[in-house]
Amino acid sequence: MKIWQILVKEILHRWRQFALGLFAVIVAVGSLTGALTSLKVHDLHTQKILTEKEEETNKKMAILEDEMRKATLKLSFNLLILPKQQSIRDLHLKGYPSEYMPEEYVTRLANSGIISVRHFLPSLQQRIKWPEKRRTITLVGTRGEVPNLHKNPRQPLVQPVPPGTIVLGYGLHQSLGLKVGDKVKLLGREFAVHECYEERGSVDDFTAWIHLREAQELLSKEGLINAILALECLCPGVEDLLGNIRKEIEQILPGTQVIEKGTKALARAEARIRVGQEAKAAVERERQHRAEMRSEREFFAAVLVPLVMVACAVWVGLVGFNNVRDRKAEIGIQRAMGFRARQIMFLFLSKSLIMGLLGGALGIFAGLGFGRWLALEGDIEGIAAGELFNPGLFLLALITAPVLTVISGWLPAMVATRQDPAEVLREE
Amino acid sequence: MLEFKNISKSFDGPEGKVIALKDVSLSVSPGELLAVRGPSGCGKTTLLLTAGGLLRPDGGQVSLNGQDPYGLNPDERSKLRARMIGFVFQQFHLIPYLTVRQNILAPSLALPVKEVDERAEELISHFGLDSRAGHVPAQLSTGERQRTALARALLNRPKVILADEPTGNLDEANADIIFSYFSQYVADGGCVLLVTHDVRAAAHATRTLQMVEGQIVQYG
Ligand SMILES: Nc1ncnc2c1ncn2[C@@H]1O[C@H](COP(=O)(O)OP(=O)(O)O)[C@@H](O)[C@H]1O
Ligand SMILES: [Mg+2]
Repeated sequence: MKIWQILVKEILHRWRQFALGLFAVIVAVGSLTGALTSLKVHDLHTQKILTEKEEETNKKMAILEDEMRKATLKLSFNLLILPKQQSIRDLHLKGYPSEYMPEEYVTRLANSGIISVRHFLPSLQQRIKWPEKRRTITLVGTRGEVPNLHKNPRQPLVQPVPPGTIVLGYGLHQSLGLKVGDKVKLLGREFAVHECYEERGSVDDFTAWIHLREAQELLSKEGLINAILALECLCPGVEDLLGNIRKEIEQILPGTQVIEKGTKALARAEARIRVGQEAKAAVERERQHRAEMRSEREFFAAVLVPLVMVACAVWVGLVGFNNVRDRKAEIGIQRAMGFRARQIMFLFLSKSLIMGLLGGALGIFAGLGFGRWLALEGDIEGIAAGELFNPGLFLLALITAPVLTVISGWLPAMVATRQDPAEVLREE
Repeated sequence: MLEFKNISKSFDGPEGKVIALKDVSLSVSPGELLAVRGPSGCGKTTLLLTAGGLLRPDGGQVSLNGQDPYGLNPDERSKLRARMIGFVFQQFHLIPYLTVRQNILAPSLALPVKEVDERAEELISHFGLDSRAGHVPAQLSTGERQRTALARALLNRPKVILADEPTGNLDEANADIIFSYFSQYVADGGCVLLVTHDVRAAAHATRTLQMVEGQIVQYG
């Protein structure tokens, strides 16, 4: 015969009473872990929502950037690098540059490590008479893109004009009745029409593009160019962007000057930055909203949980008093047998402890379910129960619950030990 | 073995003081079965609980094997009880969720008993409870319950048995079993203080006292 046998047998004997106490512990622990779990679920949800929002924003930004890239391309360039001696007044009056610099500059620029410029397009341009067609056009020799070696190599921005071919602006192919594949003579050399552009409403409509090498030969300007288009010159967030890039380029190529082209492109770039900021602000607003929701839930938990815990503690105490009353005769005879007060205390407090441990363990699982339910927001399936299980929480519940029940059981246990055995033993 | 010297005890009742014991002096020696008889309410139970160290008297001296239980601290008093005394009550006071065997073994939790399992089996068979050892009290007849209670009182081989109306709920045959065990116990050198209003008890007692309104009135 061991004392724990008395403990276990008594619990089984008055199992309804024990279950009532256990229920209160489960409710107490369940509400505690439930509240904490609901906050955890909330946090996981918040994380998920914000991640989704951010991903969405990033995707939108990527699309936007792509569109910007194309838009920038249509405008042809952002910056124009010209020989230093080129008069800007002349350039604007004539519509094309008239001074020259070595083609090798492009390579030098591409290899220089300049990071604020993404693409370089060397070109040789001149207003010429098209003798065979008896009209004045702008002839542009282009080599296509020279990628900036220090940036991610991207797909070529500009379709290079293959040697032996010509690309015609809208005004030219319309008035000459030319289409892709036709042969046409220019300065005594035969070209195949490679592409006919749509109407652009600019000097481009009366421009013909051929390969740079051939333009150099036809215009007797071997190894020379007169402009480099620097595309996508952008580094967001930097003040005086143009000034910085200009300084940088002029350092690499001392014999040049840099002018701004396509202010519209810059405006769009600014718009892109603004859209980006707006999207970030939207994510931030969502974050704020979630934080407010969380503090509401925190408040709810901070007020309600202690209340429930206190109520449950009182309940456990009442169940304890009930138990002591039911065991009056038992305590009396145990005292008559010579049980010491400490042993009686042990019997009652051990029972409280068992109730606490068992209720704590069961309460955690009740709390996990309850917490998930509390934080229910549609697609709860996204969060696995395992993801919510937290050993720290488990430990907290396993400590809190027995402490709670032992405290609640203390007074009834004291009453049990103080009980006068004579009172019950005298009954006839 | 057990001695009362000028013991008095009164309670605060709803209609003033109730005197339960008034200047009671008596002694029980080994080999003696003292029956204290008297009408209900005369103070018999008070006398018994006072003797057992469960109710402190207002005045006078109790001596149990030469020791005053009320001069000891509560734990020592409990130990003295566990070592010296076996109680038997009219209401049996068995622990309802323990089996007969476990009830009989229960006192060993208060104070270890030598070869306790053998002792328990000996008592079980002595009181004819072999077929009942695994049953709980609710499954027993009243006679079996009282035999279980008596076996429990005897587990620690007490020097004194304090019995309060032990046969009050029993029929003749079962009462006889209890009384004849008392006689045997006394013959083996034990001592019994039996309080009862049952006239049959006198036949088994070595000595009988009459009690009226808290006082011993007749020495027999
Ligand atoms: N705790 C108590 N409070 C008040 N009166 C009591 C108390 N215990 C016993 N009494 C009274 O003391 C007297 C003796 O009681 P008791 O010893 O139980 O008598 P008996 O066992 O002979 O029937 C009775 O009048 C009873 O009412
Ligand atoms: Mg009585």
